[in-house]
This record gives sequence, C-alpha cells and structure tokens, in this order.
Amino acid sequence: MEAAGVITILAVVLIVLALVYYLVSVIVALRKITAGLDKAIASVGEIVEKSAPVNNVVTTINEQLDAGVDLLEGLLVKKAGLTDAVGLVDGLYPGSAAAGFRNFPESTKIEAPRIGEVYTKGTLTLARLGREAPIAAGNPAGPALRDVERGSLAARQLYPEIRQTRPESLPRSPVIGTDAPEQYEQREDIGKPRKRLPASR
Amino acid sequence: MTLWWIGNVALLAVVLPVVVYLLHGVLGAAKAIVPSVEEIAKTAAAGSKDLDAAALLLTTQEQATQTIAVAANYGGSLDVILDDTQ
Repeated sequence: MEAAGVITILAVVLIVLALVYYLVSVIVALRKITAGLDKAIASVGEIVEKSAPVNNVVTTINEQLDAGVDLLEGLLVKKAGLTDAVGLVDGLYPGSAAAGFRNFPESTKIEAPRIGEVYTKGTLTLARLGREAPIAAGNPAGPALRDVERGSLAARQLYPEIRQTRPESLPRSPVIGTDAPEQYEQREDIGKPRKRLPASR
Repeated sequence: MTLWWIGNVALLAVVLPVVVYLLHGVLGAAKAIVPSVEEIAKTAAAGSKDLDAAALLLTTQEQATQTIAVAANYGGSLDVILDDTQ
C-alpha cells in the first residue's frame, strides 16, 4: 500500500473518532437536558394545578371585601355625616382623607376635621384603650394604651382588684324584695294604713 | 499522486480542525444548557412548593365571607341603634 493511502485512511479515522467523541458527548448532554426539563415540566404542571383556583378565590374575596367597604363607608357616612366620617378615617389613617371614600367622590374635596381636638380627655382615654381608635391616633399623649396581645388584661385592670384575681365565685348579690330573707329596713308600719300627717294650720 | 497528497494535507490540515472546532462548539453549547435547565427545574420546584399555601386561600375566602357577614350584622344593628346624622 502506498504511503498516500495510509495517510488518507489515517485522516479519515481521525475525523471519524472526533465525530464519535463529540457526538456522544453531545448526546450525553442532551439527555441531561431532557431529564432537567422533565423535572421542570413536572413542577410547572404543579404550579399550574395549584394556582388554577387562585383567580376565582381572590376575585371572590375581593368582592366580599368590596361589599364590606361599601357597607362600612355607607354606614359611617350615614351616621356620622360625610365631614365627620372623613375626619374619623383621617384620624385613624393620617393623610387618608386625600383619597376620600370610594363611593363618595365628593369626600376628596372635604377638609378633614381634627376629631381628636373635639373630644374630652375622658373620651380620648377610653379611645386610647381601644386598638387603633380613630380619635386616639392623633393623640399627642402617646399611642393606644391597650396592649394588643393582652387586650383583655388591660381592660380588666380598669375594674376593682377582686375581679383581677379571677375568683371562682364572687359574693352573691343580696336578695331584695318583700320576701327577701334579710330585710334591711325593719318597719312596722308596712302593710298598715298610712299615717295621717297633722293638718297644718 | 500529487493531487492525492494535496488532498491528504487538506484533509489533515483543514477538514479535521474545522470538524473538531465545530463539534467542540456544539458540545460547549449543549453543556452550557445543562446547568441552566437544572436551575430552572429547581426554581420551578421551589415555586410549586411556595404555592402549597394557595389551598389556604379557600379558608381565607370562607373567613372573609363570614367576617363580612358579621360586619353586615353589626352594621344593621348599628343602623337601628344609632340615629342618623340628618
């Protein structure tokens, strides 16, 4: 065999070997890609399945909340009047008066009254016991007194000490009436004709 | 015979390097896709896991409905108890 033929065969073998090596490597990489895509598609399917009802549920929740907002806004405006209602909401969420009420477009043009300046100190104190009470929000004396996590304890401390100890039973209230076992006012003239007072002269 | 040698030289000096270069590029591109696909799979799995709480939206929906119903009842009572502003 001539030398040129040997070189040709050698060159062809080298090209074939290169083709085999690289193509097998590409096949291995493509198999990894296929496996990864299978995992991704499975997860994407789960996402689609889990998020399918979200739209309807969120729409329903929004409808319910819209109805609640309409109800509360309408009731507040009906009972407090539009101006005071804007003032109450602005006291609760300072600056929100600019947004106004959704169903009352004219409320955006109302200058919100400072409700906290109108009420007495006692009213403000009571309001500060409540969480986010409207008239407490703008109170310069500080935030609401009520402990959000132990709100009932804070309210209970307003009562006399005996109730705070949570006794199993409190003293019973006295029985009152004509047939009560203890008559607090022993009078002999009960049931008898009324005494006549001496006539004035 | 001379042409044969020229062909051999061309085969070894031109065709083989070109084939190797092109196949190397294809292999590099294929290998570069693998980590991206694995990352996509991980992200999709994490997204799917995050949506496990989506089922709780049904509870939220129920609670919102009940809350609004209670608020409506309170509102109705307040409407009766409190005088209107006008």
